[in-house]
Amino acid sequence: MADVALPDLNGEGSGALQGLWQAKPGVLGWLASVDHKEIGKRYIITAFLFLVIGGLEAEMMRLQLARPNQTLLTPEQYNQLFTMHGVTMIFLYALPMLSGFSNFLWPLLLGSRDMAFPRLNALSYWVYLFAGVFIYSTVLIGQAPDAGWFNYTPLSGKEYDPGANIDVFALGMIFLGVSTTVGALNFVVTLMRTRAPGMSVNRLPIIIWGTLTASVANLFAVPALSAACLLLWLDRGFGMHFFDPAGGGQPLLWQHLFWIFGHPWVYALVLPAMGIVSDALPVFCRRPLVGYTAVALATVTTMVVGFGVWVHHMFATGIPPLAIAFFGAASMVIAIPSAVAVFAWIATIWTGRPVFKTPFLYFAGFIALFVIGGVSGFMTGAVPLDWQLTDTYFVVAHLHYVLLGINVFPVIGGLYYWFPKAVGRMMNERLGRWSFWVSFIGFNLAFFPMHISGLLGMPRRVYTYGAHLGWDATNMITSVGSVIFAAGVGLTLINLVVSRYRGAPAGPNPWDGSTLEWSVPSPPPPYNFRRIPIIASRHPLWEARLNESPERSVLDSDLALDHGRETISTTSLDAEADSILKMPDDSLAPLILGLGLTVLFFALLWRAWWPAGAGLAICVAAVAFWLAPTADPVPAKERARG
Amino acid sequence: MTSAPLGYLATDGAAASPVTALAWGLIGVSLAVILIVGLLVVWASLRRRGAPSQKETDDNLVGRPASGLAWIYGGLAISVPVLLISTVWSLVVLAQVMKPSASPGLTIEVNAHQWWWEARYDSPDPWRIFTTANEIHIPVGVPVRIKLASSDVIHSFWAPKLAGKMDVIPGLANATWIEANHPGRYRGQCGEYCGLQHARMAFYVVAESPAAFAAWRAHELEPPDAHPSPVAARGAEVFAARCAACHTIRGAEGGGLVGPDLSHLAERETLAGAMIPNDRSHLDAWIRDPQGVKPGALMPAVRLTQADRGGLVAYLESLK
Repeated sequence: MADVALPDLNGEGSGALQGLWQAKPGVLGWLASVDHKEIGKRYIITAFLFLVIGGLEAEMMRLQLARPNQTLLTPEQYNQLFTMHGVTMIFLYALPMLSGFSNFLWPLLLGSRDMAFPRLNALSYWVYLFAGVFIYSTVLIGQAPDAGWFNYTPLSGKEYDPGANIDVFALGMIFLGVSTTVGALNFVVTLMRTRAPGMSVNRLPIIIWGTLTASVANLFAVPALSAACLLLWLDRGFGMHFFDPAGGGQPLLWQHLFWIFGHPWVYALVLPAMGIVSDALPVFCRRPLVGYTAVALATVTTMVVGFGVWVHHMFATGIPPLAIAFFGAASMVIAIPSAVAVFAWIATIWTGRPVFKTPFLYFAGFIALFVIGGVSGFMTGAVPLDWQLTDTYFVVAHLHYVLLGINVFPVIGGLYYWFPKAVGRMMNERLGRWSFWVSFIGFNLAFFPMHISGLLGMPRRVYTYGAHLGWDATNMITSVGSVIFAAGVGLTLINLVVSRYRGAPAGPNPWDGSTLEWSVPSPPPPYNFRRIPIIASRHPLWEARLNESPERSVLDSDLALDHGRETISTTSLDAEADSILKMPDDSLAPLILGLGLTVLFFALLWRAWWPAGAGLAICVAAVAFWLAPTADPVPAKERARG
Repeated sequence: MTSAPLGYLATDGAAASPVTALAWGLIGVSLAVILIVGLLVVWASLRRRGAPSQKETDDNLVGRPASGLAWIYGGLAISVPVLLISTVWSLVVLAQVMKPSASPGLTIEVNAHQWWWEARYDSPDPWRIFTTANEIHIPVGVPVRIKLASSDVIHSFWAPKLAGKMDVIPGLANATWIEANHPGRYRGQCGEYCGLQHARMAFYVVAESPAAFAAWRAHELEPPDAHPSPVAARGAEVFAARCAACHTIRGAEGGGLVGPDLSHLAERETLAGAMIPNDRSHLDAWIRDPQGVKPGALMPAVRLTQADRGGLVAYLESLK
């Protein structure tokens, strides 16, 4: 069992904490909750729903493409489907899913009672949900976005796409950007301020490094997209010419702005997921991660270099050879930190004692898919070869190996791993193994042949293709594989639902994990930690067995902090106790602000200026309500000082 | 690869061949990496696989027996040189295919439209300039410069057997070059999503011996048959009245510039952006119901009597 005595869960004081931190009963209490665990679960469930929607869109496309010259879908329907599939998976599934994991896990991993800004956290979820609904709203009138998730001008300009299709895309991206930005800010400040004493930067779990890196990147990347979308909206609605060559604008400006955002974003979609593997895989290898420092540095390095490769999406746009040679070389260099991570994982398995539970299968499978997606990326980094590969199905294969292999597989493995913590019940192991093998085989059957379709010249974003172009067999295999893959994900979905009600009780630490979240009950109480822990190593629950140093973490410290909603604040690098933070109560303000923004954005979409003013007024009122000072429930002199 | 007209693992021109060698090389490296890492994962997993009891769990928690760092150093020692060599190789190939070794013997201006290709053959003699569509003739063994322009959205010029893609961007003067080693019909395709019929925006590069090319070029400048059959003569009138606002036939009445130039249409093997074969029934269907053949195409359905349409088809078929 665990080396350190787990805190007495029903000890003195937990009743008071329960009363302080628990959400109020009823619908309003649910809507007002700012509990990071609740928000994390809402993120994960919502993102999973979008994954299912995006998956159904993909299946409709695969039905159309199973054979040549089919007419199940009109070109316009197909174009809306592939656009919404991309927008859904990239914007509404991949990052929000990781935000869900990070929201649920961060305070539990860091030894804190909540994120630094709990209300901002709630706002970030509500805005994500409403932006998702907003982006899907024009599906109902048959005018979903249809110029691809990359939305190149001038095809997305008013002249070639006069409907609401692109306006909803542009406004929706700005709207969703609000969620991403406040969420990223919250992660950065949480990392810098609200860690347990002793949780110095060299003891952070890798998923923290991944999410931190992704969040910093998002703060720099998202403004480029928001700006581009604002300019496009002005072009379309107000006769401006930022991207219109006829008026002196430049279509390539869109591509630069979009990919300065888009490429770092792709890394933001994978680094936290790689962190899931770096943290959870070692638990199933019964040893700590090999090369912790190297992997943490590789995570940051990937992102830094990732800001210097955006032009590799634009090799064929006529940019001078010297410039594209530079970006081509940078795209090759970025493989080095990835190689560090891959060899660290393999070494962890090699020198450990693998335990073949479902999460292990997903993580081991992930390594294989990561490498396949990595080498196809390395091929597209070779500039002259990319002139052939780009915009063919080879790239479709590559990006699916990257985004499904490095995001979906770790995410599903992570769901199996942390579900017991979140719900208090185990997921079904047998069904889990079936889901892995069906998913893994279906995935490779669907996506590996896409490489071949691409090498045989099949272009992307085509609603159909002629017979006798050599693509019939590979497309049929891909379509069949896509159904098998969907069935595999479906098995996990069933497993999640059934285990929620029928799973075996999990106990606090079913996998014998090493990190802080496993020291608290499953599901964790609303206040997370009865006492704020004091950390002495990277593996607080394995310290005695690893015996790396005589110091031991203290999980049952005297930091009770039960005079109101309180958590501890520590210094940024060394995590020395600094002060006690008063944490906010539950509030409806984030929800109301989110609704106000929703009114505002729908009004902007319809160009209805009075309702837009009303939406803005709701936002201002919500912010005022939010920021209004409240009476301090605990007189300052009574507060415990840490 | 003959069964894949757009495949680029077998190519036939100086702008493509060095890239094809690079492609095979990098595919080889990639497959080797996948195989090695895949085997390592499987081997590592099965080597000391255990499903320990709780007691064993404690023992199995290896107290850092081996740091494992040697794996990272070793992995980098192998992968970094491979990456560097591949990068240098790709830059060398880039320099090889960036521009032709000899100066281009011919320049063709290709203007991309939603969803077809216009090709304009320039000449110092203004009377020798002409325009055709969707089938671009070139002489073999000569580098041909392609100047690219778009009249609407972004497209990408791509004849994979001859060269990689070059985007066609409105407001930007891009250029590329192609060279065919052998006579033949090389299929091309728009490589950048450009709207409803991006899928059906294909073309052919027709490579011919220099003599055949010169003959084709001279023939292109000739006017249509001066003594058409009575049916075709009626078709010519229909064309002038109903089609010439958008289309041009050199030497005939009218001269619209919106749609493809139809001079010598009967010599082309395909219609509608290389989508359908150019025979009587397809031509008739295409004129009768363009939206049925190619939904979203910018060609309107012009209402014609059956006799008028028959005449028009006969006239167009006479344009050899």
